[in-house]
Amino acid sequence: MAEPGATSAVDTWTSDEMMTVAAARELTNGTVCFVGIGLPSTAANLARTTSAPDVVLIYESGCIGSKPDHLPPSIGDGVLARTADAVVAVPEIFAYWLQSGRVDVGFLGAAQVDRRGNINTTVVGDYHSPTVRLPGAGGAPEIATSCGRVIITLRHNPRALVEKLDFVTSVGHGDDPDARRRLGLPGAGPQTIITDLGVLRYDRVVNEFVLTSVHPGVEVANVVQATGWRLLVAETVAQTVAPTGDELSALRRFAGS
Amino acid sequence: MARFTTLSAAVAELIRDGDVVALEGFTHLIPFAAGHEIIRQGRRDLTLVRMTPDIIYDQLIGMGCARKMIFSWAGNPGAGSLHRFRDAVEHAVPHLLEIEEHSHAGMAARYQAGASGLPFGILRGYAGTDLATITPTIGWITCPFTGENLAAVPALRPDVGVICAQQADRDGNVMLWGITGVQKEAVLSSKHSIVLVEEIVDSFSPRTNGVVLPAWVVDAIAVVPSGPYPSYAQDYSERASSFYTYWEPISRDRGAFLEWMDQHVLATTNHAGFLESLDRELVVETHG
Repeated sequence: MAEPGATSAVDTWTSDEMMTVAAARELTNGTVCFVGIGLPSTAANLARTTSAPDVVLIYESGCIGSKPDHLPPSIGDGVLARTADAVVAVPEIFAYWLQSGRVDVGFLGAAQVDRRGNINTTVVGDYHSPTVRLPGAGGAPEIATSCGRVIITLRHNPRALVEKLDFVTSVGHGDDPDARRRLGLPGAGPQTIITDLGVLRYDRVVNEFVLTSVHPGVEVANVVQATGWRLLVAETVAQTVAPTGDELSALRRFAGS
Repeated sequence: MARFTTLSAAVAELIRDGDVVALEGFTHLIPFAAGHEIIRQGRRDLTLVRMTPDIIYDQLIGMGCARKMIFSWAGNPGAGSLHRFRDAVEHAVPHLLEIEEHSHAGMAARYQAGASGLPFGILRGYAGTDLATITPTIGWITCPFTGENLAAVPALRPDVGVICAQQADRDGNVMLWGITGVQKEAVLSSKHSIVLVEEIVDSFSPRTNGVVLPAWVVDAIAVVPSGPYPSYAQDYSERASSFYTYWEPISRDRGAFLEWMDQHVLATTNHAGFLESLDRELVVETHG
């Protein structure tokens, strides 16, 4: 049952909320999901508390099957361990659980992404004298290697969706459709990029991400303009379904508590 | 064999200028108190090893203790950047910091190899990334059985591994639980180890996912209540998340940083004094 005020909440929502809700809808029930820090964790937990209660969330801190009742600010908060089915050591989470191919979906953020879903989280500018030193790889390179598929979420602007990455931290589709096979990367790689403006899906034939959906109130031209490369647009661009009252109240309850 | 000692005596005895030191902890059980003691004792030219260097490494770098950092993710989790680390990398302040960076899976494999007494670890990773180009400690090896090409990374063998645990028993065995990260591997791969514990108990209770390190693989144990603060010890304290956001503007301004370190670390003699020096609101969240 909807909470009081949930219905009227549908009228107003932020573009970040739309992005989180759209990302959450990508996770189907029963999926095993390796959750990156930040927005991916919010989206994955929104899915778990709404449409996909049996999604299994795995955190790189070693928590398997965490069911937090509030949004943890880090990937190692106590609530993730206390609510987990199992907590394992970090070498084990990467070796036995991720590298072995047990994870269906990797959920990643990015500072920069290119048209082939390659990701930079290392530096802006030259590596040896960077303009901005970013946190670095974390778990992302091997999440991008070994998960069945990868979903990327980030805010849409030309500095984030770029023509050329300053540094390839994690490999999407490399330079050509055969790159993953040639490099020995077992997963299918990034299939979806969800931003605060719309949804891009990987098209293997053209070997790049194509705009397939815009969020309510966003024009295709806005998305093209906010993209650092010449964005391909699908013949038919759908409009993302606006966040429902249930989705919004769950998100706000979860993130706010 | 483990000896009970004070943290300051353990640091004075075991950590030397120029050492390779791993203060491990994955969000949980981060040995903040040990980092502060290293700063108080003015260690220099350290090679700092850590998968997830956070505020305590920011402080060690900003105070000029580090020559090099080996790591896989350097940030202030949930709050922003490590500005002292960035200042060192972007502007060589207070001096140039050499960096050697990996992915988490690569660092974990390096610790495992160190703990196993093997020369290197292997993983399916790094292929196609620029990390493989800029980090000399990433190599390749062909599986002799399947022909698969895999990444190889050299074992980590720190001079000293430092961790926090919840408990030690009277014989010096150590027990930790909750998120145990790579702490067991940090101790077993290091030549010497220091363990900070919340308390000493007569005997351990069984714990889900508990890890026990026998006394004979540990050099020094110091009882330091809330030693991980602002990180936490599961079943003893909660993570002081507000400290991480509080740190952001202090870290951003080198002057504010030096003043803060002076007041809260250099001017205090131990971890109890450090906690005492903090604004009450910051500490209450954890201990109140």
